[in-house]
Amino acid sequence: MSAGNRSAKRLKLTPWCTVGPYFAVCVTTELCIPQLAGPEIKGERVKLICSVFDRNGACVPDTLIEIWQADADGKYNHPADRQTKSIDAAFRGFGRQITDASGACEIETIKPGRVPGPRGALQAPHLEVGVFTRGVLKRLATRIYFAGDAANSECPVLALVPKSRRATLMAQPVAGQPGTWRHEIHLSGPIETVFFEV
Amino acid sequence: MGRASKSERDSRNSTIVVPYRRIDPRSQPPYLYPPYRLTISRAPRKPLIVLPHTLSEVTGPVFGHEEVGETDNDLTRQHAGEPLGERITVSGRVLDGDGRPVPNALIEIWQCNAAGRYRHRIDQHHAPLDPNFTGAGRTLTDAQGNYHFVTIKPGPYPWENHPNAWRPSHIHFSLYGTAFATRLVTQMYFPGDPLMPFDPIFNSVRDERARQRTIAKFDLNRTEPGWALAFRYDIVVRGQEATPFERRK
Repeated sequence: MSAGNRSAKRLKLTPWCTVGPYFAVCVTTELCIPQLAGPEIKGERVKLICSVFDRNGACVPDTLIEIWQADADGKYNHPADRQTKSIDAAFRGFGRQITDASGACEIETIKPGRVPGPRGALQAPHLEVGVFTRGVLKRLATRIYFAGDAANSECPVLALVPKSRRATLMAQPVAGQPGTWRHEIHLSGPIETVFFEV
Repeated sequence: MGRASKSERDSRNSTIVVPYRRIDPRSQPPYLYPPYRLTISRAPRKPLIVLPHTLSEVTGPVFGHEEVGETDNDLTRQHAGEPLGERITVSGRVLDGDGRPVPNALIEIWQCNAAGRYRHRIDQHHAPLDPNFTGAGRTLTDAQGNYHFVTIKPGPYPWENHPNAWRPSHIHFSLYGTAFATRLVTQMYFPGDPLMPFDPIFNSVRDERARQRTIAKFDLNRTEPGWALAFRYDIVVRGQEATPFERRK
């Protein structure tokens, strides 16, 4: 079958639309997953404090932050990950939390291992992140890396990001609080976070 | 090529990624759409960086039946009494761009009550809450991609975007699909709603045909006589590129 025939048959996608202001009706407290990894999960503990800001630097409450990540060995709990590594089956790798009145939320997880990227080159440890809020008509996709990780300099995905903007993807360690990281997401403005077309 | 050792081949095969098809931007709203005022302070202005799909994007959370309770897909049975309003069913299929059903997809919906009020602390609309209606539901698609909800028709409500702004009746839909790349959040509208032409959120999808795909169809054949009207709403998420095997042919 020719490529032309295939595309003629294709169904058109359903358009995105904003989550609007009231999605917390759906993602109630009991359906939030702020803790991705309990004590039984292998890996370096990470407490991530994530804050969201708009173009004017104002904080953005009622924002859903979604996290998807690999386990400590760099394996995703998903059938499309066919790496021969053994899997930490108790670790799902999925979390979501809503920012509070100060535009911040806390997520507890583990630092993921390295996963292969384009042409097999290893990526640096990272979280896949989705940002959803009113005034945002479709998901903003970004990543969170860990500042100071030696692998950052050789990550094939970070290499696609202009050097001057890479810092917007880096969570920073909080001084005096080992394992605690702070990350700011700027939806717009002079220090706009890097967002990806996925 | 033929000289690669078995372990090299295994390693290469285990990291093969079948990417999802790129999304045609005409089928989607832009981030910046000034008639929807809040996009002005919240839309990114710098170009997005195109991310080649890696294992991180072609995987995503997997959901199972333990996620959903017995009354989760029936928003009229979640309280002691029945909610007020026009009882309806909303059902359809989740398909990918090649028409293949997407099974085990978690669908979450949320909506206001028949009077146009959300059960949410920041909704100050002067309309009554309904003690028998929360407005949230969830379900998993079956092996053929089918889903089914029972609910009441949500009312329109005023909002602050511009003078005399009203949202048309709508139900929010959130889907995870099979991967990080297939995430979709959308709104379903009702056919014939007179508010749609005036709604900047509905109109943020600039392509007329794409916009029509967010409107449910009234389905007389599925109505349950004497009990509920029926609406059909099929959802199409991204499909994957041809697998390496298909490409070789």
